Amino acid sequence: MDVKVKILRYNPEVTEDAEWVTYAVTLQPTDRVLDALHKIKWEQDGTLTFRRSCAHGVCGSDAMRINGRNRLACKTLIKDLNPDREITVEPIKGLPVLKDLVVDMEPFFDAYRSVMPFLVTDGHEPSRERIQSQADRERFDDTTKCILCAACTTSCPVFWSDGQYFGPQAIVGAHRFIFDSRDEGTEQRLEILNDKEGVWRCRTTFNCTDACPRGIEVTKAIQEVKRALIFRRV
Amino acid sequence: MTTPEIAQPRSSTRSRSLKGGGRNRSGQTNFELYGWLFMRLSGLALVVLVLGHLFVNLMLGDGINALDFGFVAGKWANPLWQVWDLLMLWLAMLHGTNGMRTIINDYAEKDQTRFWLKSLLITASVVIVVLGTLVIFTFDPCLDPNSTLSVCK
Repeated sequence: MDVKVKILRYNPEVTEDAEWVTYAVTLQPTDRVLDALHKIKWEQDGTLTFRRSCAHGVCGSDAMRINGRNRLACKTLIKDLNPDREITVEPIKGLPVLKDLVVDMEPFFDAYRSVMPFLVTDGHEPSRERIQSQADRERFDDTTKCILCAACTTSCPVFWSDGQYFGPQAIVGAHRFIFDSRDEGTEQRLEILNDKEGVWRCRTTFNCTDACPRGIEVTKAIQEVKRALIFRRV
Repeated sequence: MTTPEIAQPRSSTRSRSLKGGGRNRSGQTNFELYGWLFMRLSGLALVVLVLGHLFVNLMLGDGINALDFGFVAGKWANPLWQVWDLLMLWLAMLHGTNGMRTIINDYAEKDQTRFWLKSLLITASVVIVVLGTLVIFTFDPCLDPNSTLSVCK
């Protein structure tokens, strides 16, 4: 089937402004948007720039705004996008665009780093593994699925207007350790998220939950962190 | 092999330094937490207060036809309604002001714009709250000597 793909192109070495360019490609309905981008890059215009690594929805490299929604290009099938009309592809919003669909992820990773996304413990290292019950593991299971694709953070209207906001992903990253029974850095992480730019900026618009390609209930995780802060209990 | 060096968490101008660790680091307050909680609780209280207010003023007895200065004075002669209306005024004003503050924080990009909008907001809120409180406790339906209201004759 013939599909028109409209891509927001930007090359700072050529022009100041981004511009929409439409490409016609022949695809199978079961092809993915990533296949369309590959076809364009390999057969029509080699200058088209985008990130992708594993191409199977695990690495989180190819989050982009497809038909106005944040999606992974490698997990979005053409047939699910109403291919009779143009399919629009833009870079994710709220982060500086470097070229075409490639954005500067550094502010996003900065926010993630600042919630200390690693196990924090006191005292001596135990001689055997740190035991955890299945029920305790279940508490943060959802937020372990995050692949750092930035689809949630860049779908958040608060993040669009205020880049200082930690963003949904950093809170998900913190949630994964805050609710981990083996971790002892909970107080510190909660205090970091009690910041003026922390969890209280969340307006529960649920954009992040809709955007997450891993199906993480992001807004719920944020609300759980708020509750933990209010009752000072995890 | 050397371990890769992991950059420090962003320790920016806004006292996000982790060195202090734990609670009560300087510059960090629970203000946003209490603000958030206040919005939820005052919202719940306002549902009861406002609906109760509307019901008593517009539905009971003669309903809206009974409303005049005399009706208001009669209500405010009762301490229950004084407290009710005072609570409604304060909660609604603080709730609304905090909501506007949030919107300004979200959408005003420049620090200057933020400062002036918030100054304006706080001034307006203080004036309305003070004026409203004053009226609730000092209301006199017969302030106008030519008043034709029945209570003033």
